[in-house]
Amino acid sequence: MATATETTAHSFPDITNPVNWFWGKLSWDIFPFYDPLILGTFLVTMALGLGIVGWLTYKRLWGYLWTEWFTSVDHKKIGIMYMVLATVMLIRGFSDAILMRIHQALASAGVLEFLPPYHYDQVFTAHGVIMIFFVAMPFITGFMNYVMPLQIGARDVAFPFLNNFSFWLTFSGVVLVMLSLFVGEFAATGWLAFPPLSGLEFSPGVGVDYYLWSLNIAGIGTTLSGINLIVTIVKMRAPGMTWMKMPIFTWSTLVTNILIVASFPVLTATLALLTADRYLGTHFFTNDMGGNAMMYINLIWIWGHPEVYILILPIFGIFSEIVPTFSRKRLFGYTSMVYALCVIMILSYLVWLHHFFTMGAGADVNSFFGITTMIISIPTGAKLFNWLFTMYKGRIKFELPMMWVIAFMITFTIGGMTGVLLAVPPADYVLHNSLFLVAHFHNVIIGGVVFGVFAGINYWWPKAFGFHMNKFWGLVSFYGWVGGFWFAFMPLYILGLMGVTRRLSQFEDTSYALLFGIAALGVAMIAVGVVAFIIQIFVSIRDRAALACDGDPWNARTLEWSTSSPPPYYNFSHVPNVYALDAWDHMKAHNAEDPQDDYVAIHMPKRTASGLVISALMTVMGFAMIWHIWWLALVGFIGSVAYGIYHTFDYDRDFYLQPDEVRAIANGRRPVVPAE
Amino acid sequence: MTTATHPPEPSEGFDFYDTDPASHADGHHETGTMLGFWIYLMSDSLIFGILFAIYAVLGTNYAAGPAPSDLFEIEKILLATFFLLFSSITYGFAVINMQLGKQGVMTIWLLVTGAFGIGFLTMEVLEFHHLWHLGAGPGASAFLSSFWFLVGTHGLHVLSGTIWLAVLLVQVQKHGLNHDNKRRILCLSLFWHFLDLIWIGVFSFVYLTGVLL
Repeated sequence: MATATETTAHSFPDITNPVNWFWGKLSWDIFPFYDPLILGTFLVTMALGLGIVGWLTYKRLWGYLWTEWFTSVDHKKIGIMYMVLATVMLIRGFSDAILMRIHQALASAGVLEFLPPYHYDQVFTAHGVIMIFFVAMPFITGFMNYVMPLQIGARDVAFPFLNNFSFWLTFSGVVLVMLSLFVGEFAATGWLAFPPLSGLEFSPGVGVDYYLWSLNIAGIGTTLSGINLIVTIVKMRAPGMTWMKMPIFTWSTLVTNILIVASFPVLTATLALLTADRYLGTHFFTNDMGGNAMMYINLIWIWGHPEVYILILPIFGIFSEIVPTFSRKRLFGYTSMVYALCVIMILSYLVWLHHFFTMGAGADVNSFFGITTMIISIPTGAKLFNWLFTMYKGRIKFELPMMWVIAFMITFTIGGMTGVLLAVPPADYVLHNSLFLVAHFHNVIIGGVVFGVFAGINYWWPKAFGFHMNKFWGLVSFYGWVGGFWFAFMPLYILGLMGVTRRLSQFEDTSYALLFGIAALGVAMIAVGVVAFIIQIFVSIRDRAALACDGDPWNARTLEWSTSSPPPYYNFSHVPNVYALDAWDHMKAHNAEDPQDDYVAIHMPKRTASGLVISALMTVMGFAMIWHIWWLALVGFIGSVAYGIYHTFDYDRDFYLQPDEVRAIANGRRPVVPAE
Repeated sequence: MTTATHPPEPSEGFDFYDTDPASHADGHHETGTMLGFWIYLMSDSLIFGILFAIYAVLGTNYAAGPAPSDLFEIEKILLATFFLLFSSITYGFAVINMQLGKQGVMTIWLLVTGAFGIGFLTMEVLEFHHLWHLGAGPGASAFLSSFWFLVGTHGLHVLSGTIWLAVLLVQVQKHGLNHDNKRRILCLSLFWHFLDLIWIGVFSFVYLTGVLL
């Protein structure tokens, strides 16, 4: 890692400049356009952005987007907006990955070091932050938002406005992270910004401030969304749906959101304390005046370890829906699946210290956390066996979702095993912070979360839009991702065992070049997968007439498939009564038919722009705080509070959809015919 | 195979779709608010939990600066504590009168509650002012950083509660004790008592132990 004096030589804004009262630290030389790479990215991004804006204006779509999407409180539309956001950010985060792989391949071969160290440090930090907070999180939040209320037979979430607000807070975090690419710099500290490196003394620039404000604003949104979804599950299940009749994805959503509510406040508090160290001169994590940097590392991992389960548990839920559907059997061991989820939820709080065995807490502490870490693989293993037993003697259909599941099972198991290796403290002392670790967590996050996201997208896309996804491009994407993953990350295991540490941008030994070269080939294959996924979306939309489907194209088992595809905005014309687990399967078995009459008035929330406005004001506040423009920060803060209060004066927030209108909408749609 | 676990059919048959106009016409979005607010309070208590933990770890790192016994004026803190405790009782009276539908009496009790809240905040500002002038600002040592942050975060909560109270008073004047306003008063009640509870922790854990030990 470069020292402070070297970093300021590379960094753009000089902290020692007198801060202008009006412009704060902003000045013309903060734009890093002397770097041809950033200038090129900037020009391409601007061209793309202007192209999209121009196209939307030409098609006169702004009004439609505003009324139907941006201000919508419909959980389905908000879910789709999360998915779009995550997909866009996936491309950004993946571009960072390409840069790193090319850089390491060239640098280890002694050919070229095209990224200066300080820039390289920002790239890997941005890659981690974006992939976790603004790709994986929006993807799973999108799934939970879209699918869960449909699965429990609800018409919306408990707090529809809050849902919209949460989305825009996440978006606000995205805006700040993206701004850092062209205005100033991003943190060069690694994705968790450990102090004292991230403190003012060693990171005097605005990079860490971008990090802090972006994550704090987005984190509030995540917490609110967590509360919202818990209350939705507890309070709004269809009549008859008792706890043990809830679909397993809904269970995983419940457990995940309990984890969110019980861990994101820790992140908020920890980041707030680091913010105070940087802005108010406090000494929580500094080296002097009694501060303790290890406190930060403990606290951030007390959030951080539950966080990895926040990412994977909904994905487990997705697999648990897909496997029975495409094996034409009910899920093996439903009850044990539920218990496994709950056990993982609790254990995920008891393992955080395995991220820093090398802190030196002593053999007793390390043994405790090593053992809890190994124990957590037991419920996870139980889940894998349950999926296998579900497939056993099933009539498996190799549709795209099922293929992703199988790729997941193989990949994730390997990743889990290397995780157990790392859980052994003496081994961890050798492997800590090496590329072996990097390979391990990519193995479980790509092999688990990313594969699961693609499985889920291919599975629920027909529900969301009323037509299937194109299978050819889906297969190209599948083989690109899965094959690419193995080429990109297996070399990193070996390199890790050879002693290569993570976050390395300069090499003197060219013997690593071959393995880094193979890893670069792997990332090229993944690039094919990413591009094929984008093509798959466009081709599917183009051929939507040919790919059209009814409400239940997979002959599935849970309630979201009992309504039309796409569902009407009130989800269900009649609320279903639930008698059994896999309610829709039960209904089909008894030839239940939605009565095409006897419609009742439906209570629905009205759309509102408040969430967007408040989040926009908070983005302004965050940007102003980053650049020390105190007056603007005050304007943004007071503005957002005042607008929030103004919003509470609106008592007219809902309306009743009359039976005649429900009838008109219901009759205008394809009737849902129970399959079989 | 799939029907093996399905329940036996009742004699009147399954009624798969709810067509009763009475069952779902009512605003089901309302029912979750109290639960949601409880969960929010739990998440907030985690934030305080972190701040208490920080204080427990860093609270004796004086960095050759002042220690609690040099700084705390326990009599004044006790007075502030009573302001806050009494404000909880008066809020309780306000809620009783809200349940009885007595808007006027309720308003008076809410005003008294707000006055106690402002009294508490005034005491806190005076204390912080005093500390600042002694050179015991948040940057003086890790102990003082964690002290200022724990007590200050609680104070900010009381300030938000007081602002919320003011807004609610206006809304009650404007719309009366309608369903929404009643729910909001109950939520603020939870919030207010929660802050009391946190303060009891702060008073015992920070001030009392600070002076006694």
